[in-house]
Amino acid sequence: MGRRRGRRRTRTRRRLPSRSSGSPKQGRLEKEYEMVLKRTLQSICILTIHPNTTTSVIVQVVHDDGALLPCAINASCAALVDAGIPLKHLAVAICCCLADSGLVMLDPTKLEEEKMKAFVYLVLPNSILSVLPEESSSVKGEQMEQGLITSVTHGVMSVDDYLHCLERGRAATSKMSDFLRRNLQPQLSSDSSKAG
Amino acid sequence: MGTPNAVGDWSSEMEVSAFRRLFPLHYYERHLSESIRPDARPLKRARDTIVSLGAVASSDGSALAKIGSTTMLAAIKMEVMTPSVDLPDEGSIAVEFHMPPICSPVVRPGRPAEVAPVISKQLFDSLLSSGMIDLKELSLIKGKAAWMAYLDIYCLDADGALFDAALLSAVAAFSHLRIPVVSLNDEGRMVMVSKELEGEKLDKEPVDKERRKLSLKSIPFSLTCILHKNYILADPTFEEESIMETFITVVLNSSGQLVSLYKPGGPVLAHTSAIQECVALTRQRMKELEEIIDEAISTMEID
Repeated sequence: MGRRRGRRRTRTRRRLPSRSSGSPKQGRLEKEYEMVLKRTLQSICILTIHPNTTTSVIVQVVHDDGALLPCAINASCAALVDAGIPLKHLAVAICCCLADSGLVMLDPTKLEEEKMKAFVYLVLPNSILSVLPEESSSVKGEQMEQGLITSVTHGVMSVDDYLHCLERGRAATSKMSDFLRRNLQPQLSSDSSKAG
Repeated sequence: MGTPNAVGDWSSEMEVSAFRRLFPLHYYERHLSESIRPDARPLKRARDTIVSLGAVASSDGSALAKIGSTTMLAAIKMEVMTPSVDLPDEGSIAVEFHMPPICSPVVRPGRPAEVAPVISKQLFDSLLSSGMIDLKELSLIKGKAAWMAYLDIYCLDADGALFDAALLSAVAAFSHLRIPVVSLNDEGRMVMVSKELEGEKLDKEPVDKERRKLSLKSIPFSLTCILHKNYILADPTFEEESIMETFITVVLNSSGQLVSLYKPGGPVLAHTSAIQECVALTRQRMKELEEIIDEAISTMEID
């Protein structure tokens, strides 16, 4: 028989605290963020373990000071870990913005984001901590390079600038995934009642 | 659990169309291992593209774009409005992408497609940030009157690569756009000058003498590619998109800059080599699309 794929759907809804008088642009921005968030989370959850279930993720924005989508993705990922839902790997999100001089700045505030000519939201898987010696990845001899889960850009930049941002993003997310590993692990061992 | 051998046994016993419906991924992988797709296209080739300008006679600019079966109709209507206080010498654009139920069995009358407002926003961002349109050209009288261009894109058939076809139709509609002639009447309001009066002598001089075009620089073009294991498929159909869910949309403008690189999640992770290959495929596709649009414009000008 063919492999049965039990589909578990993920539904996401996000709410901004003070809804400005329904301008279509605001609504569309939220819809785009919802779609990106849903697809990112769908790719990290293992959907076949609990078929015919819906996981509902609701994000409430408390304060928006730039890099809203990466923050929402990091928060949702932490919430999924807290819920004990089986994941393939964590999704670590970062925002890189580009100044006119070609300088790459990580994690801008809202003012910085508005002033910069372009910014990129990147989501990468967390780095693997293995006791086995490093095996090189099979992709044309590249070393264990992390693939990209999600990328959303805004503004014009050159292709080299984008690849530059991607490298910086990788460096930053490896630091962030170490931080997550340190902070999430103790919770799991002390709170085993939530598992499964 | 299906092992490749078990599926292989089934494939010798059933018809091709049944195998395609029951084991779509295996069906596609059998084709991909021979570097071909079920519709006999090589992996890196996009479908046949047609652009025709002036599809909607009543609008100020319109175009119909078809990539394979995916069909998009774009139409632009211009209206005079007062510009905003912080940008008094610029007009504006409003983009709306509609997916009526005729386009796909997935869209039903009570349930609008989730992807429609997302594509509207992406189109708006791509058109503005690529630098194609200079909003100052849409200004009439500084601080008092400026043009608002309402761009509506209707999806008539949704067969994959919706954003690519929508962007192409939007670009073609803008290249077909002729801004109407207006003049200031006695009450200080802008009035459209109708065609009969254009030849006669007018009491008040019109703001523009003739219907002018917008000058378009750095036109954006896009290509959607599907990533599956080590394969990269350019310009997917609806079936391919629903089976292999990871896609990347790259938008480049004619100055070679990256306007957008959109990868919304998906089971396959994109390594740098895959990203560079998608960008290279988009550059190639951009040359094809530029030729198609230039041809469409010159055909229209001959008429």
